[in-house]
Amino acid sequence: MNTATQIWTIIRKDVLVELRSKDIIISMLVFGLIVLAVFNFVFEPGSSALRQTVPGILWVAILFAGNLGLHRSSVREFENAMIQGVLLCPIDRSYIYIAKVTSNVIFMIGMEIIILPVMVVFFDLTVSDLLPFLGVLFLGTLGFAGVGSLFSTMSAQTKSREIMLPVLLFPICVPIILAATKSTAVLLDSQNTQDIGMWIRLLIGFDAIFLVVCFLLFDYVLEE
Amino acid sequence: MIHVENIAKSFGHNQALQNISFDVSKGEYAAILGVNGAGKTTLVKILSTLSRPSSGIATINGFNLLKKSVDIRSHIGVMTHNSFLYPDLSALENLQFYAQMYGISLKPGVDELLHVVGLYHRKYDSVRTFSRGMQQRLSLARAVLHKPQILLLDEPFAGLDVKAADMLKNLIRDAIAEDTTVLLTTHDVDFAMHNASRILMLHQGQLMEDSPAKMLSIETVKQKLIDSAS
Repeated sequence: MNTATQIWTIIRKDVLVELRSKDIIISMLVFGLIVLAVFNFVFEPGSSALRQTVPGILWVAILFAGNLGLHRSSVREFENAMIQGVLLCPIDRSYIYIAKVTSNVIFMIGMEIIILPVMVVFFDLTVSDLLPFLGVLFLGTLGFAGVGSLFSTMSAQTKSREIMLPVLLFPICVPIILAATKSTAVLLDSQNTQDIGMWIRLLIGFDAIFLVVCFLLFDYVLEE
Repeated sequence: MIHVENIAKSFGHNQALQNISFDVSKGEYAAILGVNGAGKTTLVKILSTLSRPSSGIATINGFNLLKKSVDIRSHIGVMTHNSFLYPDLSALENLQFYAQMYGISLKPGVDELLHVVGLYHRKYDSVRTFSRGMQQRLSLARAVLHKPQILLLDEPFAGLDVKAADMLKNLIRDAIAEDTTVLLTTHDVDFAMHNASRILMLHQGQLMEDSPAKMLSIETVKQKLIDSAS
């Protein structure tokens, strides 16, 4: 058995199931758009206060919507014990983690592709404002989905799964959230670019650490 | 083929299995009987690598359960009362997914299996639209897709209609004829006594009987189960 083919098979299955059900993407989109709309009502268009808060608004929308998507993604696998079918296949369980992270990143990017243009309209931004920020967006999404895929798998096996996931996930993700919001603020400000390297290095570093640790732990969180 | 030595499993203070030891040879058909909570499902979960034993050793096809679980999984087929099927995918897509996970060619094996379980005409239909019996038949196709040398069946007849149960029994007979080892848990004493070559009985996580089926009478087995339940 080729491990890469197996990982790809799981990703393709996840995407196919989502294309049929659409419950992850729709729940994430609705939540993300509501967050953006509410903040849009709060600030005057073009105000400096708005400009300063945009990074926070953006990441609140992405992370909270992502939390919802990660929760749905794992709960779906545990409904009718479908995850056990995958666990019975001849693949090392850590590779299932890689497939799950990739699927979740794809779902989150799908949501972001729709949310970003809405942000441009709501918060008086330009496309050129957002272009340098796409790399940071990917790194933040990867780190959050990486940790979230592990914790959502853990929380999906508990009774209070809806509460358990954000309680576990957000404190652990603080370094990623901090680095992502700070990098975004620096990039959108475009005046103070001195610190950007430090924040991006921090983001890459925490992404790498979290992904490796979660990869090694995934087998144990599936243990009964 | 299956070697189990002093396997124990506990969940907190609850001792689900205690020092279970037995061997099942190649081509043997062993039935595990026991009342609810006796430890049958826990044992099957351990042997299918879904759960780790708290202590003890087990090997399947010579592969150590803890060290070579990936190798073991390519040699076993598992069917339980859960179908492990994705309701949003069609019957064909479900089998194609598992076929690719086992690294086997998609055709003609998948189509042939769908014929065998009588679902070829519904292969493009979403599993969500299937009855419980149809889902179990498809689940059986999933379990034998990679032609496993060992079949682990955990109460496979639960919730099946007569047609689906007959189909499953025929498939188990065919598997035995092809020298497949079968380990099945069931509450159906009559079925186990008439079909299995070996009877294992669990009571409160302990093995209380391990005998060839022909050495036991149905009445004796039923009485033991009634006694263990009281």
